[in-house]
Amino acid sequence: MTSIASTLKNGLMLMVLWGLSDTVLAAALDMRAGVTDMSQRIQWLHHLSLWICVVMGVLVFGAMFYSMYAHRRSKNPVPADFHESLSVEIAWTLIPVLILIGMAIPATTTLIEIEDNSDADLTILITASQWKWHYQYLEADIGYYSNMSTPSEQIQNLEPKGEHYLLEVDNPLVLPTNKKVRFLTASNDVIHSWWVPDFAVKQDAIPGFINEAWARIPVPGIYRGQCTELCGKDHAYMPVVVEVRPEAEFDKWIEDQRIARELASGQAVADRAKTWTMAELMEIGERVFMEHCATCHESDGSGQGSTYPALAGGDIPTGPIAAHIERVMFGKSDTEMQSWAPQLSDLEIASVITYERNAWGNATADVIQPRTIYAAR
Amino acid sequence: MVARAEDVIPQRSALWAFITRWLLTTNHKDIGTLYLWLSFTLFFTAGAMAMAMRLELFEPGLQFIEPLFYNQMLTMHGLLMVFGVVMPGFVGLANWQIPLMIGAPDMALPRLNNFSFWILPFAFGLLISSLFMDGGAPNFGWTFYAPLSTTYGPPSTDFFILGVHMMGISSVLGAINIIVTIFNLRTPSMKLMDMPLFVWTWLITAFLLIMVMPVLAGAVTMMLTDRHFGTSFFSAAGGGDPLMFQHIFWFFGHPEVYILILPGFGIASQIIPTFARKKLFGYHSMVYATAAIAGLSFVVWGHHMFATGMPLATELFFMYATMLIAVPTGVKVFNWVATMWRGSMTFETPMLFAIGFVILFTIGGFSGLMLALVPADFQYHDTMFVVAHFHYVLYPGAIFGTMAAVYYWIPKWTGHMYDERLGKIHFWMAVIAVNLTFFPMHFTGLAGMPRRIVDYSLQFADFNMVSSIGAGILGLSQVLFLYIVVKTIRGGEKATTQVWEGADGLEWTVPSPAPRHTFETPPEFPPVMNRDADERTPVSTT
Repeated sequence: MTSIASTLKNGLMLMVLWGLSDTVLAAALDMRAGVTDMSQRIQWLHHLSLWICVVMGVLVFGAMFYSMYAHRRSKNPVPADFHESLSVEIAWTLIPVLILIGMAIPATTTLIEIEDNSDADLTILITASQWKWHYQYLEADIGYYSNMSTPSEQIQNLEPKGEHYLLEVDNPLVLPTNKKVRFLTASNDVIHSWWVPDFAVKQDAIPGFINEAWARIPVPGIYRGQCTELCGKDHAYMPVVVEVRPEAEFDKWIEDQRIARELASGQAVADRAKTWTMAELMEIGERVFMEHCATCHESDGSGQGSTYPALAGGDIPTGPIAAHIERVMFGKSDTEMQSWAPQLSDLEIASVITYERNAWGNATADVIQPRTIYAAR
Repeated sequence: MVARAEDVIPQRSALWAFITRWLLTTNHKDIGTLYLWLSFTLFFTAGAMAMAMRLELFEPGLQFIEPLFYNQMLTMHGLLMVFGVVMPGFVGLANWQIPLMIGAPDMALPRLNNFSFWILPFAFGLLISSLFMDGGAPNFGWTFYAPLSTTYGPPSTDFFILGVHMMGISSVLGAINIIVTIFNLRTPSMKLMDMPLFVWTWLITAFLLIMVMPVLAGAVTMMLTDRHFGTSFFSAAGGGDPLMFQHIFWFFGHPEVYILILPGFGIASQIIPTFARKKLFGYHSMVYATAAIAGLSFVVWGHHMFATGMPLATELFFMYATMLIAVPTGVKVFNWVATMWRGSMTFETPMLFAIGFVILFTIGGFSGLMLALVPADFQYHDTMFVVAHFHYVLYPGAIFGTMAAVYYWIPKWTGHMYDERLGKIHFWMAVIAVNLTFFPMHFTGLAGMPRRIVDYSLQFADFNMVSSIGAGILGLSQVLFLYIVVKTIRGGEKATTQVWEGADGLEWTVPSPAPRHTFETPPEFPPVMNRDADERTPVSTT
């Protein structure tokens, strides 16, 4: 109830501020100006077309309302009987054409620049899948997944929602300032769309196609957007977060990523060498399951109908180990069950399979070691 | 005189008589009534789905429905509103009014007319039954983009495909019937350029239907073979092209949106002159503008696909072609204003809805023009701004248009005047609620809220709450409409033959309620209107 009241209050405030403060108005009601030259030119184009429409609207509706007032029966009992005028009709056909040409010219010049994807300093391949982004730095040979990091407790209203509710990820895309960055978009399953409003970049990611777009971002900062093409159940939970750093910091970040990759491969070797206990694997497995699997199969493994089969007592988690490993690592084609081999480490896959085979009453007592997963890759 | 179904079927019981009357009827007025009630029923069904969505969007977070169910709701809401509410609503109006307006005794193909209608309850029965199936109803949006709808579609997708086929057959048969009726059963003294605008817009709409419904049928058939017969039309993995789906869909889809609005233009063009007591301004340019809009509608489909990675030249072509539609649409709006200008206006409920139609549809037209600008479209595309845009053209456009028509012609159908006071309350409730619901969506869209999301970040919370409150009021206002319609059917002030003092046209020369059979001999056109007379005007009816 308080939130309704506060909404009404806010609405009232907005009306009061209407015309008083451009900044408040702009923040709440306008298209975002963004930070790139292009996003600001697009906002200008938006303003141009909006104001043309407003002026046309005022003229047309003004004439209508005047007529409704002045030509109502009580004031004007005898109607006129004109019903055509060639000159007037030609005028109101041609004048709009001229106005449209006036709008089309700036739109065309802006569009020509938007579509010029040449001479990029840096290229990022963005590969979408349900419901995450993968970013690949083509020049640097670095790639990683970016998943939404908003905890499900916030979505289920069990915890207060954070400032960046639904617009936060584990690994943001990191970009340098003042470089022409080319984005290539592709998809592994259905059509998604990568959108960062502050760059005015929105490009569909379509299976079988590689699309391109570009941005040159002058201001460091964190920029947030979302998937904008309906892509299935968790379409609302597929945020885009871009962290823009000054060039020197960006170069250092790239170097850090290289080192981290080396370390991770060393860690993977160590993981394989070790023989893990059931308790260790179950603990890691539960975390991995909640992070990646529970959105479809549910946290208690009960699934959602035949689309997302139940794992508690399910055929695969209680059946042969090899089939289970195969399904988790390589997915099931033409369904939303995707390949996890490229997304998770050997240890993570081993532990999540161990978890699925021993949780919710699945009592196989099987323990899967990371080295088994490594061998299956 | 030929024997009619209702004359030859033996009358066994009251129930049997009732069933056979409606099941076997070939009377255009009965079939019109059936279409309108089907439309009305589905209006509340699809409206309830919108309520479920707005309830979930009232606040951030998941409170009432799960994401997958939300996607089913938005898909079914769109499909039912487009194919089950607006189209059958307009066909119902066409069935009732076109024969009355052109002086024809019935539709030209009465049995086909019966068949066209009775396909529909089964088509929608199939579609709605998918809600109760394992895996749920279709959940990929009413645009059913591949591969979300093909490879990844739920099992019920096949029911959806069959349902769409049946609706398509119904629409094409209905359209053929309308064209044949207009060309062959028009009273001889009425030339094409004498036809009322409602008849003209429907004639053009019927041609659009015949041209594009088979394209939709092709699209769903390709889906079906992709899903079950090993083809790969839309599957990149098999060498197919998911983008081709969008091209085919929107080649149907864009003319479709004009199918959903042109009869509304016709309705406004009937009602505004009646209540302005002045002839429609620019009759000829109205007809040409309608035809121009219909023609252009075939070459603008790409504006739905600017974000799919189109080449520059294609984007420019679709942008210019789309902007061009503003010209004939502008002509229509200017003509309506000029019709009102120096008229002698009164504001009964049909006129209020017609004026609401013109103003709010024009606002939707303005945002459509903005969406045509490709660079700006990169920001608007697939956001709530688009949802605001098409609800402005569809709700105050198609739906207000239909409501205006119902208020305008219901005295002729039932013989009773509706309750004017309640009608006005309905209008003001609806017009305020429509704006409360859909105007804030412009702002959330511009601020960056994508469409078709079940949950949103906190910055969009206030406007979403306003939209949800508006939607609740809007839903209630339509319950009032149902009450008004039922009340009018059951009784009310007796309607005269003329009904509206300023009305012109053949339909106002038959008694109210219109007898079961009218114009068995072709009437003279133009008719002699008997504006001051009581309802016992001598006209050629049985």
